Amino acid sequence: MVQEVAVLGVGMHPWGKWGRNFVEYGVKAAEDALKDAGVAWTDIQYVAGGETIRNGYPGFVPGASFAQALGWTGARVSSSYGACASGTQAIEAARTRILAGLCDVALVVGADTTPKGFLAPNKGERGDDPDWLRFRVLGATNTTYFGLYARRRMSLYGATSEDFAQVKVKNAKHGLTNPYARYRKEVKAEEVLNSAMVADPLRLLDICATSDGGAALVLCSMEFARKHTANPVTIAAISTVTPTYPSTIIEMPNFSTDSAAAVPAPVVPFRDSIAKAAYEEAGIDPSDVNIAEVYDLSTALELDWYENIGLCPTGDAVKLLRDGATKIGGRVPVNPSGGLACFGEAVPAQAIAQVCELTWHLRGQAGERQVQGAKVGITANQGLFGHGSSVIVKK
Amino acid sequence: MKTRVPAVQGWLNIDPAHPRLIGTKCGNCGSIFFPRETVRCRNPRCGHNELADVELSPKGKLWSFTGAEYQPPAPYVPRHDPFQSFAIAAVELEAEKITILGQVVEGVKVADLKIGEEMELVLDTLLEDAETETIVWKWAPVGRAA
Repeated sequence: MVQEVAVLGVGMHPWGKWGRNFVEYGVKAAEDALKDAGVAWTDIQYVAGGETIRNGYPGFVPGASFAQALGWTGARVSSSYGACASGTQAIEAARTRILAGLCDVALVVGADTTPKGFLAPNKGERGDDPDWLRFRVLGATNTTYFGLYARRRMSLYGATSEDFAQVKVKNAKHGLTNPYARYRKEVKAEEVLNSAMVADPLRLLDICATSDGGAALVLCSMEFARKHTANPVTIAAISTVTPTYPSTIIEMPNFSTDSAAAVPAPVVPFRDSIAKAAYEEAGIDPSDVNIAEVYDLSTALELDWYENIGLCPTGDAVKLLRDGATKIGGRVPVNPSGGLACFGEAVPAQAIAQVCELTWHLRGQAGERQVQGAKVGITANQGLFGHGSSVIVKK
Repeated sequence: MKTRVPAVQGWLNIDPAHPRLIGTKCGNCGSIFFPRETVRCRNPRCGHNELADVELSPKGKLWSFTGAEYQPPAPYVPRHDPFQSFAIAAVELEAEKITILGQVVEGVKVADLKIGEEMELVLDTLLEDAETETIVWKWAPVGRAA
């Protein structure tokens, strides 16, 4: 077990397709988090920004962009990139600095403005970049990889398109009253099943959109927190693990897996190892968890995460869903926020938003979607190129 | 006659009589890499730098598959106008214990495929202009190559 840091404040800008500069969303989220923490911007000693890089966009150097917009104070600053795991990289940068005793209170911010349609690689001829080559040579988009996993789950464990649709139905219900969600509308299974096929067996409503949004946290040492609140939510673990060689499950944006010809595949595959490292760091196990926010880039992928974070044995995710265990009111609600199904992905903000959501539930401030009695929560996510991402929060 | 070139230099043998993906093999631990690794063996407990070219098995088992129903964004270049959907396969090579992606040959749809079935490597045209035909590998169910 490692020492904990406190989540003193959380804040978000609503997700949507606002088309404004990402800094604006980050500033709003930061202002809310500072207000929630009762800490002045001028008291923040460290700013950690979660970064996205797309089309060579020059403004995406977030740490300093947010610090400048809030007004230069001479605070220490960093910007972290880990694709979809960028937010967790930023949280980890702040936690590490606090635990090292180099600062007492830090601000973590991630925000994004996304283009329409499929996420695509940077422009230009870049034959040495696998992320560029997979589009040119294979026509493989991100949804290609989600489709491969979904098809395999159907073949191996008997999941059906109806099961995938039920994940969307559940998450749409969860997000109905979430003021930060982009989509707040009930969805019927038939609507999912009748939506356009994108990456067989996944249809348009199985796959998450891309969104604009921003999220922020004020993190601080336990000593600093006790001056502000008697019983803060804490971060008990952060996992940012890479895969272990040989990684034998095909991962975005790769053309292939590692080969297990010379070295046997690890007993714990990459996606399972992400949460395992977090559980070990927190000194808990999956049975202690009563709420989770996982990355439902597709409906089928949410089912994969149930197993990856140990909520059920491999192959039993559909049973867990059908039993209602993962809906609000069930044994371990998953994506009470509505998940990416209701948000759409705002890349560098999403992992931070997951922690905001869990914090509200652990404090009992989640309103109509409140998960009763939530004490321990886990987030799970994964960034392109091999970035594990998981955070455990406790109260 | 057009000049035939591989989609990525060094990744495949484009001899029509002998289509093969080309990887590299570590001379010390025997680890195999595709796409080719030339600098350092990525087995963290090896790390040697004697990596030699090796042709990979042209057949394997279908690990999973999906379809591209919408035209992917650039740098993908569509072969047909209007765009025609295609299937993508992940095929596991038994000897090399590696899973490799590829498009499925035209004419074979998602509904025609089954996880676990045997697939073989074939060559097809990725792009062409007045002088050059760019060759790519694709997967085809054994006995059903277009």
